[in-house]
Amino acid sequence: MNRAKLEESLLPPIVALLIALLVGDVLILSFGQSPAAVYRLLIEGTWGNAYGFGQVLYKATMLTFTGLSVALALRAGLFNIGAESQLAAGGFAAALLGLALPTGLPSLLVLPAYVLAAGLAGGIVGGIPGILKSRFGAHEVITTIMLNFIVLALLNYLISTRFKVHDTLHTAEIQSGRLPRLSEIFPAFHGSAANMVLLLALVVVAAAWWFLFRTRAGFELRAVGLQPAAAEYAGVSVGGVWWRAMALAGAVAGLGGLNYVLGYKHYYEEGFSAGAGFLGIAVALVGRSHPLGIVVAAVLFATLSQGGLAVNALVPKQMVDVLQAVVIISMATAVPEVRRAMLAVRRGIAERAKPAPASAGPASGLSA
Amino acid sequence: MMFIAFVAQTLRIAMPYLFASAGGVVSERAGLIALTLEGYMLMAAFCAAIGSYFADSPWAGIVTGVLGGVATALLYGLCCIRYRANQVVVGIAINLLAIGLTRFFLRLTFDSSSNSPRVAGFTETGTGFLALAQNPLVWLGVFALPVVGWVLYRTPFGLRLRAVGEHPGAALSVGVPVDRVRWMAVALSGALAGLGGTYLALDQHQFTDGMTAGRGFIALAATIFGRWEPKLVGIACLLFAAAETLQIQLQGAQVVPSQFVEMIPYVLTIVALAGVVARAVPPAALGKVNE
Amino acid sequence: MIRLTDIHKSFGPVRANRGASLNVATGEIHALVGENGAGKSTLMRILSGMFQPDAGRIEVSGREVTGWHTADAIRAGVGMVHQHFMLVPTLTVAENITLGAEITRRGQLDLGKAQREVLALVERTGLVVPPQHRIAELTVGQAQRVEILKTLYRGARVLILDEPTAVLSPQEVNELWRVLRRLRDEGEGGTIVLITHKLDEVMAISDTITVMRQGETVGRLKTSETSPSAIARLMVGREVVLAGRMSGNRKSEIGNGPMDRPDPHSVLEVKDLTVASSRVGNAVDRVSFSVAPGEILGIAGVEGNGQTELVEAIAGLRQPTTGSIHMAGTEITRASVRDRGDRGLSHIPEDRHERGLVLEYTIADNLILGQQHRFTKRWILDTARIGAHARHLIETYDIRPGDPSLPARALSGGNQQKIVIAREMGGARDFNVLLAAQPTRGVDVGAIEFIHAQLRAARAAGKGILLVSADLTEVLALSDRVAVMYGGRIVAVVPGASATAEQLGSHMTGAAA
Repeated sequence: MNRAKLEESLLPPIVALLIALLVGDVLILSFGQSPAAVYRLLIEGTWGNAYGFGQVLYKATMLTFTGLSVALALRAGLFNIGAESQLAAGGFAAALLGLALPTGLPSLLVLPAYVLAAGLAGGIVGGIPGILKSRFGAHEVITTIMLNFIVLALLNYLISTRFKVHDTLHTAEIQSGRLPRLSEIFPAFHGSAANMVLLLALVVVAAAWWFLFRTRAGFELRAVGLQPAAAEYAGVSVGGVWWRAMALAGAVAGLGGLNYVLGYKHYYEEGFSAGAGFLGIAVALVGRSHPLGIVVAAVLFATLSQGGLAVNALVPKQMVDVLQAVVIISMATAVPEVRRAMLAVRRGIAERAKPAPASAGPASGLSA
Repeated sequence: MMFIAFVAQTLRIAMPYLFASAGGVVSERAGLIALTLEGYMLMAAFCAAIGSYFADSPWAGIVTGVLGGVATALLYGLCCIRYRANQVVVGIAINLLAIGLTRFFLRLTFDSSSNSPRVAGFTETGTGFLALAQNPLVWLGVFALPVVGWVLYRTPFGLRLRAVGEHPGAALSVGVPVDRVRWMAVALSGALAGLGGTYLALDQHQFTDGMTAGRGFIALAATIFGRWEPKLVGIACLLFAAAETLQIQLQGAQVVPSQFVEMIPYVLTIVALAGVVARAVPPAALGKVNE
Repeated sequence: MIRLTDIHKSFGPVRANRGASLNVATGEIHALVGENGAGKSTLMRILSGMFQPDAGRIEVSGREVTGWHTADAIRAGVGMVHQHFMLVPTLTVAENITLGAEITRRGQLDLGKAQREVLALVERTGLVVPPQHRIAELTVGQAQRVEILKTLYRGARVLILDEPTAVLSPQEVNELWRVLRRLRDEGEGGTIVLITHKLDEVMAISDTITVMRQGETVGRLKTSETSPSAIARLMVGREVVLAGRMSGNRKSEIGNGPMDRPDPHSVLEVKDLTVASSRVGNAVDRVSFSVAPGEILGIAGVEGNGQTELVEAIAGLRQPTTGSIHMAGTEITRASVRDRGDRGLSHIPEDRHERGLVLEYTIADNLILGQQHRFTKRWILDTARIGAHARHLIETYDIRPGDPSLPARALSGGNQQKIVIAREMGGARDFNVLLAAQPTRGVDVGAIEFIHAQLRAARAAGKGILLVSADLTEVLALSDRVAVMYGGRIVAVVPGASATAEQLGSHMTGAAA
């Protein structure tokens, strides 16, 4: 990665964070607190002690899956707003499998089965809008949103009528394939939810990078996202890539369910996703749809989420919800602005003019 | 009698949908995706509760509610009209922002994380239509979509708005101030959806956390299912509301699980978009506020 | 009446206008001519208020109006008919015409009156269109009439038309000329600026001519005192031989319609091919031809007469409705794009920015685009081989800058096209048939010569080449046979050696049909 490209990737998130900090200051001051004290508490409560850090890792694991899910779709030129329900479906499928398995099987033996179940469930939920898009041209933004409601209602029905433990909204605990929490290896993490699914997330990140940049399918997927007409010219079935990308995105989001079901609570509970699907959009955006960027962005947003709880004594924890939204909005708004400004600068130094491109749209277009 | 009560109940449930989907039609016909309706409604509901609480008057609540909806819509406009940001991303973020802001200021203002104190609303006596008719917002709601239809098809502004949403370049070439039309559309949609949120808060005499509960998305579903045509959108709203009413009234009977009734708007919208029967075709420039 | 002085306008690095000037008198038809990319449309969009100039001065009727906006220009009676129609397809003719200048009664639209006014205008100008129809239901010619009506309705006394004949049939062109003359001569006199690069049109209709080259104004002439070759010289900046015009009488064999003797040894054979248009009707209508090994078959024609659709159908990017395509005797009508490539079909697409390249991809990745499946070991990209392939082609084809990890976006147009040429013709590519669509569009002179040499070399090596070009000189210079497409059909096939520009020109405009 050369310097200009690095600048282009790093500058917008930094600008967005600065804007968010500014908004945070205003909110904190409006609550009559000192921003410095609140931010100090936020850092101490997250990176300052093992429990807080463990919580950050747990949340970052979840966000890595959903962020990666959104990013994979984005690389194919699609918006996956459905990570929330794909995540829930993955968790539910894992729990169902767990309830069906005999007790006492070794974790490593059944882990592949769990991965398959969660991935398959998420993949189906993601694949439906993908097929609707490639087959009928139905816009994936709307269909994934609508499908969120449909799937969550369906899961609610299944849980409340069939699978729930009395007086709760969760299933019974699974007995096979539970993964250890980090605290079992590092006792300092005691009480935090961080668990071994973290490693799975890192494996998936590496696999996603390898898939996107080193395989033919990834080459074709990115081409579809950048220039569908060129991909078509290159013999790629654009519709085929669309539905496969959505199914893959759904599968990755579905794996996030393991973080809760295998690593943390050992059951499916309604609402465990807690907005991680939507926050995945922010993570993908801030991480510039690059697997490594997503890890960084996931840690950042996880820090904010956990930090909200840490500062709750001084200011309402909802402050961080606002800050997260502000980061997304300023990223979305600042990125094109920053990009445009930087392109203009670079074009200024470019010595050669390239010929006028064919008129791009009704309102643009140069001399024909 | 049963039937009249059913219709009255349907209308009551449909009210927020009628307002918000009127806003949805205005926004989407101008080319701006209306993912933000939920956020407008939530912000408006909170602002309406604040206004009504401090002025002790529902009328003040209407004013602050509408202002809240419009202000949220203007933020959307700032990002997506002025700065050409991606509408989907900003739209999702504005909904998250509305949840965060309302919760934060609920704590700040009323020191509660769940609801506001009781605020003034419109007093209703009696039941059914008699009760409904005493709420001036109901009258506004009934006319919201017809008025939007009239504006779209019978006024110069509406013609321009439709042109901007279909082919902004063409509108620009004849001197239509495209961005100004978009700004007006976005503000109007904020006001309309804002009335929907206001209705909720005043009807329940309080603001509760997350009280819109996805109604903005049902309104969006109605907008799409109604093919962006005010008349059809109105029918879609009533249809969705009737299903809910039926479900409430049959609750004891357990005929159809409530979750399946909840799904109806979303399933119908997907079916309409996939075009199993005559496909719903969105405005051509929807989501493409280009240079 | 209109005076543009020393106009400068850049789009990023592209300097579309650099010191362009224009003087147009009232009551004349003024032709603004120049090659593609000379800056004609930009200059006129500045005049009509769509773009603001970076520098320069605009005067209309003696009043300085520099930097005005569309609405100001419309008020002052300056209207532009764009090459790409500025019409809202879902609105009716009357709604489109009155958009922005709506007729109201007590705040409400008065559509009845709008229709009556449009009808009156239709009657006055002879531009016949049904006012209550939606634009989506009209033919291209009708839509253009709506565009003209739209500007006239706004009281335009200065009418700017951007390449108006590109989409018209000959009858419609004649009709247009009649209307334009009528507008010029009517009342106090209308002023018309016609953007074109077709010299026969210039000679037929204009009173005065301004010639542009590379963003500058290089000449202003009276039509009655000049000749096509003088204009052409100014347009390209050097002596050109307009062969057709010099020796108009050279006779040649003109095939009537599709050829009936398919060559059993052909590498590409197209039979009765029909391709549906994205609008109404057929873009390609029962076209048949074949290409022999070692032959360049040139397809000449005004753009938009089905060439794009024809090439895309052969390449597998569009499904034909009827007909068949064979390569060396094997039917490929339903084969996938990849399959066709593997059978030896290479394709230089006409739009390299949209189709030919993924601009964000590196040079190395672009050099395997469409052949990515040949650079893998079990689905995994073989980066070593991709790198070696890139280095080899960059050197052979002198692609600059020669760093394979640069994005294609960073290269000049000529070098971008070299990537496409290298990929489709060079390296390990073993092709029998090459579809070359507008292979030299938007590239510099050096690159043009290089590309032409490549095409000739491929012919010498026995490849069959289908060359589609809007540049008649190019078609004439390279082709063994020239087929002319008009209205989706092949209306003539001429041996390249005896073909003349004039002959082809008359077929291209449908005049000889």
